[in-house]
Amino acid sequence: MIPRLELRNISKRYPGVVANDDISMTILPGEIHAVLGENGAGKSTLMKIIYGAAQADSGEIVCDGKLIEAHNPATSRALGIEMVYQHFALFESVTVVENIALAVSGAFDLNALAAQITELSARYGMPIDPWQRVHDLSVGERQRVEIVRCLLQSPKLLILDEPTSVLTPQAVTKLFETLRQLASEGCSILYISHKLDEVQELCDSATVLRNGKVTGAARPKETTAIELARMMVGSKLPEMHVTPSVRSEKPVLSVRGLSAPAGKSGIALSDISFDVHGGEIVGLAGVSGNGQAELISLLSGERLHRDGGSIGIDGKPVDRLDAAARRKLGLTFVPEERLGRGAVPPHSLWQNAVLTGHKAGLVRRGLVDRGKANGFARAVIEKFKVKANGVQAAAQSLSGGNLQKYIVGREIALQPKLLLVSQPTWGVDVGAAAFIRQTLVDLSRAGAAVLVVSEELDELFEICDRLLVICQGRVSPSLIRTQTNREEVGLLMTRIGGNNETGRSGQVALQN
Amino acid sequence: MRFRIEQRTEPSASMRVAAPVVATVLTLLVGSAMFAVLGYDPLSTLQAFFIAPLNSMNGLSELLLKASPLILIGCGLAVGFRANVWNIGAEGQLIIGAIAACGVGLFYPDPESPLLLPLMVLAGACAGMLWAAIPAFLRARMNTNEILVTLMLTYIATLFLSWLVHGPWRDPAGFNYPQTALLPAAAMFEPFDYSYRLNPSIFITGVAVLVMWLFTDRSFLGYKMSVGGAAPLAARYAGFRESAAVWTGLLAGGAAAGIAGMAELSGPLGQLSPQISPGYGFAAIIVAFIGRLNAFGIVLGGLLMSLLFLGGETVQLTLGLSSSLTRVFQGILLFFLLAADFFIFYRIRLIPEHA
Repeated sequence: MIPRLELRNISKRYPGVVANDDISMTILPGEIHAVLGENGAGKSTLMKIIYGAAQADSGEIVCDGKLIEAHNPATSRALGIEMVYQHFALFESVTVVENIALAVSGAFDLNALAAQITELSARYGMPIDPWQRVHDLSVGERQRVEIVRCLLQSPKLLILDEPTSVLTPQAVTKLFETLRQLASEGCSILYISHKLDEVQELCDSATVLRNGKVTGAARPKETTAIELARMMVGSKLPEMHVTPSVRSEKPVLSVRGLSAPAGKSGIALSDISFDVHGGEIVGLAGVSGNGQAELISLLSGERLHRDGGSIGIDGKPVDRLDAAARRKLGLTFVPEERLGRGAVPPHSLWQNAVLTGHKAGLVRRGLVDRGKANGFARAVIEKFKVKANGVQAAAQSLSGGNLQKYIVGREIALQPKLLLVSQPTWGVDVGAAAFIRQTLVDLSRAGAAVLVVSEELDELFEICDRLLVICQGRVSPSLIRTQTNREEVGLLMTRIGGNNETGRSGQVALQN
Repeated sequence: MRFRIEQRTEPSASMRVAAPVVATVLTLLVGSAMFAVLGYDPLSTLQAFFIAPLNSMNGLSELLLKASPLILIGCGLAVGFRANVWNIGAEGQLIIGAIAACGVGLFYPDPESPLLLPLMVLAGACAGMLWAAIPAFLRARMNTNEILVTLMLTYIATLFLSWLVHGPWRDPAGFNYPQTALLPAAAMFEPFDYSYRLNPSIFITGVAVLVMWLFTDRSFLGYKMSVGGAAPLAARYAGFRESAAVWTGLLAGGAAAGIAGMAELSGPLGQLSPQISPGYGFAAIIVAFIGRLNAFGIVLGGLLMSLLFLGGETVQLTLGLSSSLTRVFQGILLFFLLAADFFIFYRIRLIPEHA
């Protein structure tokens, strides 16, 4: 059989790093092929090269037996190679069909295209309404739009970059069905992920990358997760030690009846109440875009709420206090956006240490103490094994995962009483993710209160003592981790309260 | 072959040094070509532009005299520019500063008091800050655009000055010229040497440069402002207040411009007239950017800008070039300087096309 795609000795270097080093792999027609690897292993670069968005320094790409020359995204699409990016490129203010019309060639006939979209999306079991505006769609639906956009081109090879990071467990199951159907029709699928269980469930074969090199090829269904992880990480995975939690008597963070109007294209929060005690980790589960961002910015003090309700830290009401004042009470916070929020992109790492570390002795008499800031940054880099070109490296020169390690390290080094963390291990490699989780557990066992917002249920189940679920701006009562399961949480993620029918059944599920 | 613009992973250190050199060489080449085409000898024109003004003590004195307000205002503006606070009304703040200083100089009860000069500096700074406080208040409270407000206030200041010197403050013994009476001697900076115009107000600029360096490079407040400029969300995340940056940025610019206006008044001018500044407030914006918003860069930028002013006058006087031609030449230099900066952060790559 002629392979759908063959890579021969692909190499690509960027200044200072070899992103891809002599990579060869083969994908057959109808095969679902996983590319596994830690962050910074070179997965994204390789996909960009295959799609033509980046050019390899050396090596060849052969598609259906023909060498691809003068490679760019346009030639790729002409050959039937399509890519669904992790972050969608949709125009929010116009309808689905208009978005898709922009991407497909041919006559501009919206009605015909809409009919095509309806038909195609129904055939692959992921119905979408072509006349809906994109800003009304959930993240999962937006991903469908992207996939349908690709399917309209009847692709021969579909590349998906971490497609499940924004989906509920139920939506993941649905997506996998679609992908299997596609593969059975002969379309090859290249599936980039770091989630081993998904790869094992879905993929026929896998290529594992580490530090830009191929470190192994495997049949995921016949290989254990531990073996795959070892190929990715190159060493034994650290084991998590989760000791029983000793809760403080009084809550460190208490939220009572918090409501807030929807901001720009945001979600309104209604009547949220919960506590986080010292010594415990509380997880907030939910599909992204259900009010997590709004809630966390109200808690951190970046936004002040004016509606009802109250937030207390250590028994003091903090409703009127801004982010700096709340930090003085012992709060630290790791935001979801690393560049531009958690760190200043063009500033060096030592300067970024001052961003929140200024109260930890990095500023004296109004002047920044560079020596101390350097020392602080160096300690974080060492402890969290941040790969960076020293403390002078600009934040924007770090990979996402490394910057995340740096920010988590900085906020933990400030010895918080209350730590808020959004997506602690997004884009962080397996080894580092385990280390970050362990650090969070250790921090809480040392007496700090930790609130983790994450879309990864596995992560929450691994480290949290209690779980909250957020959906449509409402938060469920807390669930004890040991007394609940993924299915219950998954159900709550799609329906809590609300006025529709599913909402009522959500209430029932809660009472159970 | 195709070209592609790529962002560098880190700003290039060698380009940082090479950029001004490349810009200068390109300016000389393009300028020479322009002069040659128009029938002027390129070498003697360039000589008149860049060398002749520096050939005498008087030339050097004039260079520093003109550079001083540019550097002073540039430093003040850069404080705000670093935080994305765009005060482009320094010209107006300069005028108001000069007016306030002149008011103190003319109407202070004891015209011989040694306190007069310091009081005038204070009045100039306060008036400049007051004028800048209007856009600061509007921006911090009502989120108005400070670019528009500062610019419009410049016109108000200009007209206010014009009204004063044509009306209430006109010197009764001034043959009806629109100007105030001359300031008393105690209200003037005494030149270092009466043959030249350079005076001790340049020390104020020197101090301002040091304060600016300390502020932007070492102080926590300066750090907070640079965070606000580079990443507003990060500033909010850390709890740095935007309004503090707006106030600091505008007041720093206003104070610097106000003092510069006072120094012009108590230095070369000696009295108010409708035109008291050859556009120092606007040229200082360019100076701040040529200097990359860095204190010592602004010193170099101010000296260059001043040389361009002087060179432009020299070629008009000695070679008869038109003033618009000298401005075109000045524009070429600034264009290349700012364009060369691009290559510090970006590079252009040639991509061979497979046929």
